[in-house]
Amino acid sequence: MSELKLMKGNEALAEAAIRAGVDGYFGYPITPQTEIIEYLMTERPELRTGMVVLQAESEIAAINMVYGAASTGKKAMTSSSSPGISLKLEGISYLAGAELPAVIVNVVRGGPGLGTIQPSQADYFQSVKGGGHGDYKLYVLAPASVQEMADFVEDAFDIAFKYLAPVLILSDGLIGQMMEKVILKPQKPRMTNEELIEKNGSWATTGKKGRERNIITSLDLQSEKMEARVHRLMKKYEQMEKEDLRFEKINCDDAEYLIVAYGSSARISQKAVELARAKGIKLGLLRPITLFPFPKQALFELADQVKGILSVELNAGQMVEDVRLSVEFKVPVEHFGRTGGIIHTPEEILEALEQKIIKNGSIRHHKTRKSSIL
Amino acid sequence: MTEEIIIAGFGGQGVLSMGKILAYSGIMQDQEVSWMPSYGPEMRGGTANVTVILSDERISSPYLKIVDTAIILNQQSMDKFEESVKPGGVLIYDPNGITAHPTRTDIKIYQIEGTKLASEMGNKKIFNMIILGGYLKVKPVVKLENVIEGLKKSISERYHNLIPLNVEAITMGMNNIVPYKIEKHVFQN
Repeated sequence: MSELKLMKGNEALAEAAIRAGVDGYFGYPITPQTEIIEYLMTERPELRTGMVVLQAESEIAAINMVYGAASTGKKAMTSSSSPGISLKLEGISYLAGAELPAVIVNVVRGGPGLGTIQPSQADYFQSVKGGGHGDYKLYVLAPASVQEMADFVEDAFDIAFKYLAPVLILSDGLIGQMMEKVILKPQKPRMTNEELIEKNGSWATTGKKGRERNIITSLDLQSEKMEARVHRLMKKYEQMEKEDLRFEKINCDDAEYLIVAYGSSARISQKAVELARAKGIKLGLLRPITLFPFPKQALFELADQVKGILSVELNAGQMVEDVRLSVEFKVPVEHFGRTGGIIHTPEEILEALEQKIIKNGSIRHHKTRKSSIL
Repeated sequence: MTEEIIIAGFGGQGVLSMGKILAYSGIMQDQEVSWMPSYGPEMRGGTANVTVILSDERISSPYLKIVDTAIILNQQSMDKFEESVKPGGVLIYDPNGITAHPTRTDIKIYQIEGTKLASEMGNKKIFNMIILGGYLKVKPVVKLENVIEGLKKSISERYHNLIPLNVEAITMGMNNIVPYKIEKHVFQN
């Protein structure tokens, strides 16, 4: 039965993991995502569904436990926050290389280094531009509400098993720590061994009785074979772009100006849109729900309609590069964001839009044209 | 209807749980709610604050600079959040420990002696419920019966025997909140 609850984003994600029939969670505490492992430990899911919850000795151990569990065709996940995710990157690259399905959750805090425990979106580059070594990408989901923290767990596993690839849920301290209403889905049973062999027996290490052995590895010393593997990965990413891109347009139909923002920044920017509309500024919001794949085409088309775009992120300017690439310099694109754990207010965002886009946009355009004549 | 509230005070005063009870009360009457805490390295004795929004519509930003109501429970929070109230909005504060009282004339200011009343009632833990009562008197955004339902949801069942005490505290708060008039000092030489 579905249930309505008031929960923190982190708790909702943890409860959703139990209900999605996840087989194993391996983690290590770090603020601001500790509620995930705390909730799972308190709930005793081993008694509810048989799900394994284990606090590893380190982040590196946890991601390698995920690798091991995923190799057997089980639904395995881990979570951490920025510095912890940096530690996991080697394992994440191995997961991608070995084509294993797994879910990784990053509840981002400010960096670099140990940084701060306050919210941030400064792990955008790390999430969508590789992070670990080698030619790989992660399918990245960016929840903007407690409801999405819950819903995206199952979505992430669906994608992970569809493509046999690791999937990242990129949240942040704000969405993880806030409480909202959440409707929890009914409990799904975990896969039985028979179901697991039927679904994943073709690639997973389920015991080779009656078939050829399956080998899970990211190593291929024969260059042709390794290149074929890389090409196979690239095909997956192309297919993700075609079939599993997700984004949301808010007030875009008549928009003259556009904000692009994801996760917590999208929520705050939505209020900025309300404030702008009250002032008579026709502002819209494009919210990428997946950061890879990125809504390039939607942005390319909106660039013909709007006079300027502001990329609002809790960082020093990361997604703005992808926005610029998407619109191919058809309109001015600027960045606004706070760092260090400071959260921008809706008023600040609107002010930045007025200063950087509405006021300066026309001047900048003019200058560019002039210089091209000279 | 949308009501945006900041509750700010010392950690340990029950700031976050008061916000949670308010949010649960909103859910009980089918409202959209959000509860956004400051989750810094706060601990007992440090500062803590929470932004709660109750609305009939989908809530956009859970994090706000300007709010309808500020409930202020210590001096640091007064320094920080007096400016956060919208013109025409409401500021409620407990004068205990306040050395610099609010000075704004474009908002409605109320005082409630929460600390004193809690100690008179012999239980300092119900301080936040007295404050909540005072707030609900000024801004009846949720019905008392929904607050009781909200209490049942947000405190664990083994403490449900304490609900009548909490209701008593809310009533005490409702009966003891008073408008605060800024005194105009006339300096004479």
